[in-house]
Amino acid sequence: MNIVVCVKQVLDPEMPTEKFRLKDNQVISPEGIPLVINPCDAQAVEAALRVKEKHGGKITAITVGTDESKEVVRRALAMGADEGIILTDDAFAGSDSLATAYILAQAIQKIDAVDLVLCGREAADWSMGIVGPVLAERLNLPLITLAKNIELLDNNILKVERIIPDGYQVFEVSLPAVLTVSNEIGLPRLPTGMGIINAVRKEIPVWSNQDINTDVSLIGANAEGLKLLSLSMPERERKCEIVGGETPDEVAGNLAGKLRVAGVI
Amino acid sequence: MAQNSTVLICGEQEEGKITAVTKELLGVGKILAGGLNGKLSALIIGSDIRDSGEEAIVYGADNVYLVEDPLLSQYNPDSYTTAITQACQQIGPSVVLLGHTTMGRDVAGRVAFRLGCFPCMNCTNLDIDSKSLVQTRSVYGGNAIAVVVSRDSQLQLATIKPRAMTPLEPDSSRKGEIENIKVKIDDPAIRTKLVSTTKEEVEGIKLEDARVIVAGGGGIGDAEGFQLLQDFARILGGAVGTTTVPYDEGWVPTTSMVIGDSGKTVKPDLYIAIGIRGASQHITGCSESKLMVAINKDSDAGIFKVSDLGVVADYRKVLPPLIERCKALLAT
Ligand SMILES: Cc1cc2nc3c(=O)[nH]c(=O)nc-3n(C[C@H](O)[C@H](O)[C@H](O)COP(=O)(O)OP(=O)(O)OC[C@H]3O[C@@H](n4cnc5c(N)ncnc54)[C@H](O)[C@@H]3O)c2cc1C
Ligand SMILES: Nc1ncnc2c1ncn2[C@@H]1O[C@H](COP(=O)(O)O)[C@@H](O)[C@H]1O
Repeated sequence: MNIVVCVKQVLDPEMPTEKFRLKDNQVISPEGIPLVINPCDAQAVEAALRVKEKHGGKITAITVGTDESKEVVRRALAMGADEGIILTDDAFAGSDSLATAYILAQAIQKIDAVDLVLCGREAADWSMGIVGPVLAERLNLPLITLAKNIELLDNNILKVERIIPDGYQVFEVSLPAVLTVSNEIGLPRLPTGMGIINAVRKEIPVWSNQDINTDVSLIGANAEGLKLLSLSMPERERKCEIVGGETPDEVAGNLAGKLRVAGVI
Repeated sequence: MAQNSTVLICGEQEEGKITAVTKELLGVGKILAGGLNGKLSALIIGSDIRDSGEEAIVYGADNVYLVEDPLLSQYNPDSYTTAITQACQQIGPSVVLLGHTTMGRDVAGRVAFRLGCFPCMNCTNLDIDSKSLVQTRSVYGGNAIAVVVSRDSQLQLATIKPRAMTPLEPDSSRKGEIENIKVKIDDPAIRTKLVSTTKEEVEGIKLEDARVIVAGGGGIGDAEGFQLLQDFARILGGAVGTTTVPYDEGWVPTTSMVIGDSGKTVKPDLYIAIGIRGASQHITGCSESKLMVAINKDSDAGIFKVSDLGVVADYRKVLPPLIERCKALLAT
């Protein structure tokens, strides 16, 4: 099994809400909070590792980004991926999900005999969830989205459980195929000490547009499909009345009383 | 593709009835069609769908296109992507809307790619400004709200967040034509096979319909804790919700109880958040609750900033007496 996992570097979605700041319609990256691998992408790496453990194969983690994005590829390597590739070029900067899918597709076509391409369900920044689907179109491969469990059957058939709002569907697809992986696949493993050492030692090739030949009119900030009109923070703050009391029972009584007065119980 | 000012919604039906999100699509579609001086058309795919077509007109469609094909009787991403794409090419709308549903979020990216436009996913509001579709959506896990327009106004495609938009009142005096259109689906284009569907419906009141929600997070600590929450919810006539943490930890059986960015959006009269820190990804799914109550042992927890009433305590100490007190009040 030759598996490619697409990983993106994002602002840490688990950082405290108060650290989230905007300026001039842009998100300011808060100091002291490192960028992280997109959580669903770590889960996609996890899914790939589970397949590899059972069936063998090679996992390549690939990212479109800057030099700094090496870190997320290293993270994937430290978890157990075998190879990494970084796609960096001035022409790539500012690419939206559609353009990113195109860049990834051009790169993946350069990799030999890929059986399975995994993406995260969505990137924890703009949450579009369209890189995977468009990548499948570009590569002319079948797609299953929102995978929560995958299992390789005989005859190169992949059995995929796909999340739906109140349960799941089971799909079968023959490889090669593209999947998007949802968080329900379970927590990703943490890197091991050995993994981290291997990841640091590993040479990670950097590919530029010369290596993958995209049509530059379709990528970068100028090709963006959407124009941002405004970015703002939602008003959610409420004035919180802390309900007290001498004993837990008294606190409970006071709270129940207030709920009654509010007419909700 | 000949473009006209049509707003085309891709409706969905279940057992001959259009789904709730289809009504919401028709509701917002009507406003957009007004803004474009165009008409509102509905596309319905499947087999045995004529009744749904008629219902779509009652809910606001000016006309309906039906695509009936045995290959479409059951949802399949490949055949539905092909059918919707071809239908759009024949109809030539300037705006295409889908629900951000099991089907919509699956096919929208591919349909948009085939039609050559940029899909904007999971919009919470849509509007028209000089022919452009103005799309509002939540980004950065609910930390921010982005308003965007498509650069290309020829064809714009968006999915809408379920329950974010308002349907029209049904009106059976509305009239409209229902027309069948044909699409061509090749068998080889169907590369994925749906083998089965498993529903994991939670017993009792559905989260989306519950007037009271008792939600537990990472602070609950174990499955027994959730049993206590179930008891509380039952007494209040409500439902139990969670953050992603209890699902990841295996304290709750299904992901369908998760509220937030990757789960459900709820608007109950009373939301009681217990052992929940208040991450934006969670709050974005419950911030429109009428009364928000937080029980958390950490007085600095962000959840208190978005709550009306708060108790700073270990829930294991206050919840048992709270259940008793509520029971007593409800008996009076
Ligand atoms: C892309 C993405 C999507 C996500 N989508 C969602 C989503 O849809 N919904 C969602 O909920 N999360 C979502 N998350 C996760 C989210 O970011 C937070 O990690 C999660 O909501 C935290 O859950 P929590 O507050 O229950 O748990 P924790 O962070 O573990 O917080 C536990 C809280 O309980 C308190 N506590 C501990 N013990 C007790 C006790 N005995 N009594 C009282 N209080 C106690 C602690 O003080 C703490 O505040 C998403 C994350 C990502 C990256
Ligand atoms: N810059 C990138 N480099 C590599 N993979 C990416 C990049 N952007 C998005 N992806 C992949 O596509 C998924 C969905 O992204 P999006 O469509 O932007 O929400 C992510 O979870 C990643 O797997």
